[in-house]
Amino acid sequence: MSESLASGNILGLLFVLLFVGLIVFFAIGGRKKELQPTREISAFIRLRRVIALAVESGKRLHLTLGSGGISGKEGASAVVGLTVLERFARVASVSDRPPIATSGDGTLAILSQDTVRKTLKTFGAESQYDPGFGQLSGLTPMGYAAGNIPLYYDEQLAATVYAGHFGSELALMIDAASQNEVMTLAGSDNLPGQAILYATSEQPLIGEELYATGAYLKAGPMHLASLQAQDVLRWILVMAIIIGAGLKFLGIL
Amino acid sequence: MRFKIPISISIVIGVGFIVLLGYFIDLPILVVMRQVLLQWAVALAAVALLVGLANLFNVHIRKVTERQKGAPYSLLLIVSLVITFGIGIIFGPTNEWSLWIFNNIQLPVESSLMGLLAVILVFASARILLRRVNLLSLVFLATVVVMLLGAAPILGFEIPGLHGSNGLRALIAQIPAVAGARGLLLGIGLGTIATGLRVLMGTDRPYGG
Repeated sequence: MSESLASGNILGLLFVLLFVGLIVFFAIGGRKKELQPTREISAFIRLRRVIALAVESGKRLHLTLGSGGISGKEGASAVVGLTVLERFARVASVSDRPPIATSGDGTLAILSQDTVRKTLKTFGAESQYDPGFGQLSGLTPMGYAAGNIPLYYDEQLAATVYAGHFGSELALMIDAASQNEVMTLAGSDNLPGQAILYATSEQPLIGEELYATGAYLKAGPMHLASLQAQDVLRWILVMAIIIGAGLKFLGIL
Repeated sequence: MRFKIPISISIVIGVGFIVLLGYFIDLPILVVMRQVLLQWAVALAAVALLVGLANLFNVHIRKVTERQKGAPYSLLLIVSLVITFGIGIIFGPTNEWSLWIFNNIQLPVESSLMGLLAVILVFASARILLRRVNLLSLVFLATVVVMLLGAAPILGFEIPGLHGSNGLRALIAQIPAVAGARGLLLGIGLGTIATGLRVLMGTDRPYGG
């Protein structure tokens, strides 16, 4: 057994176990007192307001999950997107305009349909469900962007959330949304995509802010617990980097 | 009180743990199981692609039959999809007809979209100060200008302190840009692990459980 665990693997496994331990710790702590995210992010304040207003104004909410799949490292950002979709569908269950989700991957299209159907069913509004609420809009990044653009002209959208894996094609979609006065909130796990969304989106989510979406939209106590675990581990990593740089500077490492 | 866990959640958690442990522990049985499960995932993703295509087809057929806004474009999409899919199935993806479609239709259309993208990005960068007037936006815009001007000699002239391996452009690209990118990547990495662990713990269920 010891031969099958290289030192790098042990460190990786320990890191994951520490992460799990911290999530469980904060989840148990969160049961005793109501915890809140430590800082406000303006994008989420605006999103909560737009979600509420969408029902009153009879407009639709749109979520797009990017062109990454679910089985690679891009999958995590898409899972975050599906959490947002679930919140959208909850709100829309009391309106007559369910949300639309688009994606550039077949698996994500199926998962988005399933998320909307499951949520509407939970709130007794399954009759509103239509498979067209989860669409595959294109299979290459540019084709995916081109497939999304008509939505901004044809549907009355209140807001579009971009949560997933995006590259430069994001600019085409956000530009079309802006021209139609649709509020845009965007987050990507891809660095070039983040640079693009910072320049183009009304409400950009930078770095790990995308992964905090569930906690800010009150998707459950585990979202808040994992966000707090992330914060603790970030500080541990920051300290390790500073100590490592110091030791290297002193010639010890 | 009996605690029931739905079958789908049990399968996801079990498979997830096997794949995760297969990354860290080099036991032959775990490695083989991980590889088999990942191969299944690839096969399922291919099936999902076909289901997604059927969904795309249905959405646009409905637009055409109900004569919704943009119906002619939907008709064009359906015809293109049927022709491309048919040629791919009958002759194969590397046949000259399939390659002709790719080289003479898809590639030029995507290239023109890339060209459009360049124009949109220039306008978006210029408009950033209209949307958000703050220090970070000013830094962003100044950096864009420095990086663009420093990308190549201007009319054959190199500006001292901007161009060259010791210039401002190289300095920005090598130190603050790399440091910032690493910081962002660390955050993304932590977020990815947190999301993966929530799925493994069964609290995030993007699969209908």
